[in-house]
Amino acid sequence: MLDYLWLIPALPFAGFIILAVIGARIPRPVAAAIGAGSVGISALVALGIAAAFITAPPHGHVYTQLLWGWISVSGFKPDIALTIDALSLVMVLVIAGVGFMIHLYSTESMAGEKEGYSRFFAYMNLFVGSMLTLVLADNLLLLYFGWEGVGLCSYLLIGFWYKDPANGRAAMKAFIVTRVGDTAMAVGLFIIYHNLGTLQIHEVLVRAAQQWPAGSTLAIAAAALLLGGAVGKSAQLPLQTWLPDAMAGPTPVSALIHAATMVTAGVYLIARTHVLFTLAPQVQLAVAVIGAATLLLAGISALTQWDIKRALAYSTMSQIGYMFLALGVGAWSAAIFHFMVHAFFKALLFLSAGVVIDALHHERDMFKMGGLRLQLPLAFWCFLIGSASLSALPLITAGFYSKDLILWETWTSASGGPWLWAAGLAGALLTSIYAFRMVFLTFYGKPHSEAPRQIANHSGLRIRIPLITLAVLSLIGGFVQLPETLGNLPLFSEFITTALPATVAMSSTSSEGTMQSLSGSVSLFGVFIAYIFFLYNPLYARNFVEKPFGYALHCFLYGGWNFDRLYDALFVRPLVLAARANKRDVIDLLYRLIALLHIVSNHLLSAAQSGLVRRYAFGIAIGAVIIIGMVVLR
Amino acid sequence: MTSVPAEYGLILAALLFAIGLAGVLARRNIIFILLSIEIMLNAAGLAFISAGSKWGQADGQVMFIFILVMAAAEVSVGLAIVLQLFHRIRTVNSDEANTMRG
Amino acid sequence: MTFFYISAAVALISSVLAISRSNAVHALLYAIVSLLSVALIFFMLGAPFAAALEVVIYAGAIMVLFVFVIMMISSGPGSTQQERRWMNFRLWIGPSVLSAVLIIELFAVISPPREPMSAKPVIESKQVGIALMGPYMLGVELSSLLLTAGLVGAYHLGKRKDDAAQTEDVTIHD
Repeated sequence: MLDYLWLIPALPFAGFIILAVIGARIPRPVAAAIGAGSVGISALVALGIAAAFITAPPHGHVYTQLLWGWISVSGFKPDIALTIDALSLVMVLVIAGVGFMIHLYSTESMAGEKEGYSRFFAYMNLFVGSMLTLVLADNLLLLYFGWEGVGLCSYLLIGFWYKDPANGRAAMKAFIVTRVGDTAMAVGLFIIYHNLGTLQIHEVLVRAAQQWPAGSTLAIAAAALLLGGAVGKSAQLPLQTWLPDAMAGPTPVSALIHAATMVTAGVYLIARTHVLFTLAPQVQLAVAVIGAATLLLAGISALTQWDIKRALAYSTMSQIGYMFLALGVGAWSAAIFHFMVHAFFKALLFLSAGVVIDALHHERDMFKMGGLRLQLPLAFWCFLIGSASLSALPLITAGFYSKDLILWETWTSASGGPWLWAAGLAGALLTSIYAFRMVFLTFYGKPHSEAPRQIANHSGLRIRIPLITLAVLSLIGGFVQLPETLGNLPLFSEFITTALPATVAMSSTSSEGTMQSLSGSVSLFGVFIAYIFFLYNPLYARNFVEKPFGYALHCFLYGGWNFDRLYDALFVRPLVLAARANKRDVIDLLYRLIALLHIVSNHLLSAAQSGLVRRYAFGIAIGAVIIIGMVVLR
Repeated sequence: MTSVPAEYGLILAALLFAIGLAGVLARRNIIFILLSIEIMLNAAGLAFISAGSKWGQADGQVMFIFILVMAAAEVSVGLAIVLQLFHRIRTVNSDEANTMRG
Repeated sequence: MTFFYISAAVALISSVLAISRSNAVHALLYAIVSLLSVALIFFMLGAPFAAALEVVIYAGAIMVLFVFVIMMISSGPGSTQQERRWMNFRLWIGPSVLSAVLIIELFAVISPPREPMSAKPVIESKQVGIALMGPYMLGVELSSLLLTAGLVGAYHLGKRKDDAAQTEDVTIHD
């Protein structure tokens, strides 16, 4: 069964090629079947492989399948090889499973598009194929290939409705900002190869542990550069500005790429190369600090958004901050656990938001919604379950178990500490506030605009099935990792520790139970605050915003803490000024100089062709005199 | 007959050649240019004769005969061309024949 | 020796005059004088055959050809005035400088006579003829070829335009 590993990325790639070549000519149901079916079959194969892997694990809990040799140049020999271990198995199951749900959903939600139906599925398949390559890659070069592939598909899909230039700009912004990170990562790969002599991941980790002492400059450099790449792809500080604008794409795109999978590629990278980070403790601390800062910043900004998808984008940023925080304190399995649960509820949130948006004819402003819970019951319940899981409501939601695990390990870990824990706790409060703010604004209360609106509500089976499946998973998905106080079922972490190191916990005075009740009550308190401000008496919030200080603060937070304006002033404007100053292209002048030289010489020499015989005779005479002179003088 | 050192003949040939060159460069009339060329050719022939006298061989005179033949052919063809050109541009000003100006 | 100096002086002066006259016929006549004096010098250098050829062919045929063409082309006193207009003193500076430089260079090459002046042999026409028919046979044939080419070329080039229209002539388009 494990031999079929190559099918997992190959099937979506095959789907992409078929749809790219003949997609426009086949009827829509066939295109949908190929698009969703390829990912579906890939998911089934992944399930089969998971079953085989868990019941009869291969030697060392790692299985490698060499497909073919790629490059072989003077010792540089990366191959097309796929490796599966516990970490990549979890990633593959989430990517293929959640990906299939989203593909199924989009076969119906994208049916209203006039053109580009098969193009959409072609891009989506290419994305899933690249993402699977990324997580299954045996060496860093193949990983980088997948990395670039998902970046490309992100660009293609954000700018899917290319006729609107704003979408194109958002796509370019995403691509360029992540490119900065990608370049850092490439330099990191160069450093790794130059010093360790290989890019094969397992070998890199072994050799790094042997050759680089802890805290050495090379380890710090390599880890920091890889962190740069991860930060770009995962939309963390300082490269986070692209994610809110990326919501310009269709909702399934936001669900798949910018919630469940691509943005978690950074988390996967850091988890995969964890040895480098353990060898560079300063960089690992930086990972935690970046995660904590991002989760707070994004959480506060999410409170001010009126566009439902932008709010969810900031929420994604914040939750990935949690994953970075976990990675930074050494809680590897907690980070992956939170990744899995987050994929479930974030995809659920985006898909339900998609139902709401489609029903209201592409209306995204939450302040124009309201009172929808009776008219769109499926969307309401799914969104409610998703928000509950996001806010980590105690005991019943999967989010509780994952977020609580992160908070506990931040408190107890050697590289954690009270400050990071406090940031995580404050973030949890913010999360539940903004999550239930969304719920109350969208589904409760009276509609804020007086105009009557039509609500189209005919979700078919292909929308209901994914939503219900993801809702169920958001509730029960956490039960694979029950903490000691609540059942002690560490299935997940035991599985992951076959690939990643176990988290070292210091003994600490406070018990885990106290911690859990504290975080549980914090999230419930957040629900209460949201109720007060957004349902009970919305005037409190509005009065605050209408004062000048409040308004200024609101604008600042709404604009993502004005990072866009900062980057505009720091980078964009000087570059544009320089480009304008160089409009005549000084460097090009050097090359034009050669042409100019020839033109001038031509003019000079043309003057010699006067057509006058006497001048020509003069020339001959001068030449003869000079030559005779040379002979004489020698 | 008193003998003349050959070098004096060469000096005279050089002077005549230079005079002919000055004439070629300074005159505008085509006929005069051709005339000056003839003077130059004559000077070259004088140089050959002087050399032949120095070594006491007939080769100098033989070369002179060849120069003469060449001058004759050149003059006949050249003057025929001058006649054609005159029919075309209606003047003997060599500056008028400048259609190949670049 | 004095004869040589006199002939040389005549040759030089008449050449200078030949290139600087405005009247074409005058210039031609001065040129003929120059040629005759050079023929005298040939005699003094011991080359009587060359001297005879100089007078007969150069002064006799080539210069006469010039006379014919000048008579065909010049329009009398008008052409003399034209020449005077075209010539000015500034025009002569460049060529004179160039010629002076050339003279200096050539003088630098010619070494002064080493041997004392002794009687040189006179090379008779017989010797020249033997040389022509012997070692220089190829040159003679080539000369005849050259003359034939000159003949044919002059014939074609000398044709009038209306005659030329009936043959395939390459005409220059203005």
